[in-house]
This record gives sequence, structure tokens and C-alpha cells, in this order.
Amino acid sequence: MPFDVYLNVAVGGLLTGLVYGLMALGLSVIFGVVRVVNFAHGEMMTIAMYIAIVLFSALHLDPLVMLVPISAVLFCFGYALQAGVINPFITRPEHSQFLLLVAIAIIIINVLLIIFGPDAQSVQTSYSYDSFQIGKLIVDATKLYAAAAALTVAVALYGFFQFTAIGTAIRACADNYTGALVVGLDVKHLYALTFGLGSACVGAAGVMLVLIVDVTPSLGPAYTLLAFVIVITGGLGSMPGALLGGVLIGLTEAMAGLIFTPSAKSMFAFAILVLVLLFRPQGIMGKKAA
Amino acid sequence: MLSRLFENVSRRALVLLGVLLVGLFGAPIVASDYLLTVLILILYFAYIGQAWNIMMGFAGQLSLGHALYVGLGAYTAAALYVHFGIGPWLGLLVAVPIAGLAGAFIGYLAFRFKVGGVYFAILTIAVAEFARVGFDHLSWTNGSSGLFLPVAQYTRNDLWLLRGQPVMFYYILLVAVVLAFVFCRALLQSRIGYFWLAIREDEEAARSAGIDTFRYKMIAVIISSAMTSFAGVIYAFYYNNLFPEQVFHISRSIEIILGPIVGGVGTLFGPIIGAFLLTGMSETLIAALHALGVDIPGAKQVFYGFCLLLVIAALPDGIWPWLSRRIGLSEREK
Repeated sequence: MPFDVYLNVAVGGLLTGLVYGLMALGLSVIFGVVRVVNFAHGEMMTIAMYIAIVLFSALHLDPLVMLVPISAVLFCFGYALQAGVINPFITRPEHSQFLLLVAIAIIIINVLLIIFGPDAQSVQTSYSYDSFQIGKLIVDATKLYAAAAALTVAVALYGFFQFTAIGTAIRACADNYTGALVVGLDVKHLYALTFGLGSACVGAAGVMLVLIVDVTPSLGPAYTLLAFVIVITGGLGSMPGALLGGVLIGLTEAMAGLIFTPSAKSMFAFAILVLVLLFRPQGIMGKKAA
Repeated sequence: MLSRLFENVSRRALVLLGVLLVGLFGAPIVASDYLLTVLILILYFAYIGQAWNIMMGFAGQLSLGHALYVGLGAYTAAALYVHFGIGPWLGLLVAVPIAGLAGAFIGYLAFRFKVGGVYFAILTIAVAEFARVGFDHLSWTNGSSGLFLPVAQYTRNDLWLLRGQPVMFYYILLVAVVLAFVFCRALLQSRIGYFWLAIREDEEAARSAGIDTFRYKMIAVIISSAMTSFAGVIYAFYYNNLFPEQVFHISRSIEIILGPIVGGVGTLFGPIIGAFLLTGMSETLIAALHALGVDIPGAKQVFYGFCLLLVIAALPDGIWPWLSRRIGLSEREK
């Protein structure tokens, strides 16, 4: 195969990887602060995907235009979920939280199945087949827009955590739960906010992925798993780590799909995870040992 | 040894246990074919739940990838039978070490670097998923098109080759559940059991007390994975078909652990109660929805999900700790 085929596939994988990274960022933020592993992460993404599909097929609203409103809907969903259901579980053991989120995931998958049926649906925009050509390099327009939007959301989230009072307060909760309570922070509210933000991230990622993949109700678990792999590869709690992990996994999957067979590509993502756990358990950008 | 098994067991508990056993041994006489298949499923989950419980309930290591050991056991025994005509009990001699090695590999990777908690759980999922995709492409076991065992109408039960009617599998699984129960009780009463509980409660403290935590966590993983692979062998010969997409799938791993968590992690009765409740609940929902004329795919699972939510919200420690207080087997909280 000529070199430019590899290059094109690599660029495609890199761009998809940035969207994966945004999805994983949501998981990382939630785990980093609330210390709850969101086993319904991929399922929440599917909710956003179906909202985008319905809006597109009924009202012809472009998913990228609806990015902010759909993320807002997911934010509210995440906030309500944490405030109403998960908050009583934050002091419970891991397996108890796990069961709770698995139950939520089962409900989401099957409610979507009842409403939308098992068939794959997709969105065909006017720019679905557009591409940019730079020399021999052909870049898929959809992936480029999605990756640019993913980076924008990630930067905005970083800014929020670094430069706003609420963002600082959330980081305080993550650093020292008891300390945050002592200085009078409303930890439960902040936890719900964080879960909402993480949900908004995965919602935004879902809206972008709708342009790239076909959607079925059972898509969730695979993406939940992918998000885990990325977050642990990049380093839990590290925001640049999540994006870097996403790019790494996106690249690996694309190259493995090209060199071997597309159906075996997830094997390579898991192999990377095992290697990372072997040689750098705290993740590529992680700071302290796990 | 035998007397230690019965140490601190009240007479009431023994009577209840006896009634339960007699009931289960007699059940196939009165049970319909349908009920028998449900009971087989319950025993299957009770057995694996017990095996999983050794890792999570006793030693505190959360495994979310037990489908890996089921799948390895099932595929090893089935492939040996299909390719070389080697019977399941001899196949077991190969399947158990393979699953044990897989468990040891995961344990070694994780415990050497003190990878614990969520990280360990994700590692177990990742290895199971790796196996799923790997078996999808393994031509020796027919890849994703599935491995099939030859079947026929059986009039008599061949216990040696495990070819026969459901009732044979029922009794095999029942014996397995009983043996697993006794074995786990013996483990808990032994030195290893106390070390595990110490590790589960506080690993740092256990290490400073001189317990070789790496070694005992490894023992837990290896026993648990080896025990689980037996269920895989039975699975292969009961269902007669294996697909990587089904056997190794993450939802299988989740199914396995729902029972013991709902029943009560770390308790001996938890996996059994959980299997009865969840499988029973699932079958009841099917029957109830059918009676109501509701035929919507997914409706059953939605109810199932809500039931799980209710149980875990109402009984954080699972059903058995609550139930045993109700029926007077353990002291009521003051």
C-alpha cells in the first residue's frame, strides 16, 4: 500500500480520536471529582445521539448546530441523576455503585430500544461526503468539524475548571472532600454539577459521533468500555491525558483496521491498556501511582 | 476439619439448610420441563456467583470479567470434544488449568503493581473483551460463526460424555453448588479465609500484620477462575453451541455478578439467594408481560433495571444479611 493511504487513515483516526477523547474526558471528570465510575457513560452518549437524530430527521436541524442545546439537555439529565439517585451512594462500596449504574444503563438501553427499535439509524448531512485536499492528504470534512468542536469543548471545560469560582470549588471537592465540607461548600450540589458537566461532554461527543457512526440502542456498552480504556491509558484525572489517550486509541484502531481487519481493531485498544497497566499503571499523563 | 465446618452453626440454620436441600433434590420430580430449565439456570448462576464471591466477597478484588473463565472452560472442553473426541471430564483437566493460568496472568499483572479497585475491574473487562475478539478470529474454534457440538435425541443419560436430558445437568449443577458451598465455608473457616478477610477490610493493615497479600490475592484469583471454568464446561455441553459474541460478552460478566451482589457480597448464601431472586424475577416478568399481552422488546429489561435499582437502594448489603436477621439466623441490629 502506498504511504499516503496510511497517512490518510492515520489522520482520520486522529480526528476520530479527539472525539473519543472528549467522551473520555466526561468520564474522567466525573471519576476525578465524584469518585463514582459511570458505567452508564456510553449509554448516556446514545441518548444524545438519538436526540440529534430525531432533531435532524424531524426538523432538519444540523447536529453541529444543535451541539450546545443537546449538551445542555444532557447536563440537566446528569445533574438530576447525581442529585436524585447517585448522591446517596457516594459513600457506599464500589460494587454497590457499580450495580446502581449498571441498572441505570440497562434501563437507558431498553427504553431507547422500545422507542426507536433495534435498527441502525444515521444522519446524512449536506457535507457528509465533503473533504479537504492538502497535497496528497484527503481529510474528511465531517471528522474535521467534529474534531475541531471536540477541542473547543475541551478547552472551554479546562477554562471553566481553572478560571471560575465554581470550577475552583469543584477542584477543591476533588482534592479534599472533608476540607470542602469544612469550608462550607455545598458538596452535593457541586457533585451534581460535575456529573452534569461530564454528561454534557459525553453528550457533545455523541452529537459529533452521530456524523461518523450508525446508531443503535445497544451501542452504549462498547463506548463505555472504550472511554475506560482511554481514561486509564491517558491517566485518570488528567484532562490533557484523556484527549491524548483518545487520540492514541483512535490512531491505533484506525491503523489496526487498515493493516489487519476492522473487526479486530478493539483488540489492539485492549492490548494498549494492558501494556499501560504493565509499565505505567498511573497512565501516560497521570501524576501519582494508582 | 468436618467439625469446624459446623462450628457456630445454629440448629435452626441446619434444619433450614436440610429442607432446602431436600426440596432442591426432589424438585425435578414435580417440576415441568420449563421450570426445570429455569432451575438449571438458577443453579448455574448460583455456582458461578459462589466462585466470583471468593474473589470479591472474600478477598475484596472486584472482577468484572468472569465471562473470560466461563468462555475458556467452555471453549477448551468443547474444542477437545469436537476435534479429538475427548470427553468433558478429561477436558476439564485441561480447561481448569487454562482458566487458572488466565486468572494468574491477570492477578500477576495487577497485584504486582498494586493495581486495585476500579483499575483492576477494568483490567478484567479488558482481558475478557480481548479474548472475545480473539476467539472471533480463531479458526480452530470456528471464529465468529460458532462452535457446535453434535446433538441427537437422547433417551438415556451418558454421564461420562455429558450427553443427555436436562435433568442430568440439573443434578450435576446441584452437586456443584453444594460442593462449592461447602468448599467456600471451609475456606472461610481456614487460615486463608481469615487472611482474605483481613486483606478485604484493610490491605495495608494486613500487610503490616505480616500477611503476604500478593500471594493470597493470587490464590483467590486462581481458585475463583478455576472454579468458574467448570461452569463453562457444563455450559458448553448443555447448550451445545458457543459463540464468542455471547460467551465472552461483557453483559455475561455482569449477569454473573448481579446475583451475588443482590444476594449479599461476601456471604455464603448471597450468591444462591441472588440467583433465585434475579432469575426468578426475570422469568416472572416474562410471564407477567406475556399475560398482559405486552409484546415490546426491551420492556422486560426496563422493569428488571428498576427492580435492581429498588433492591440496591433498599438493601445496601444485599438480601441475605437482611433475610438472615428476619428468619432469626443472625442477631438483629439493636
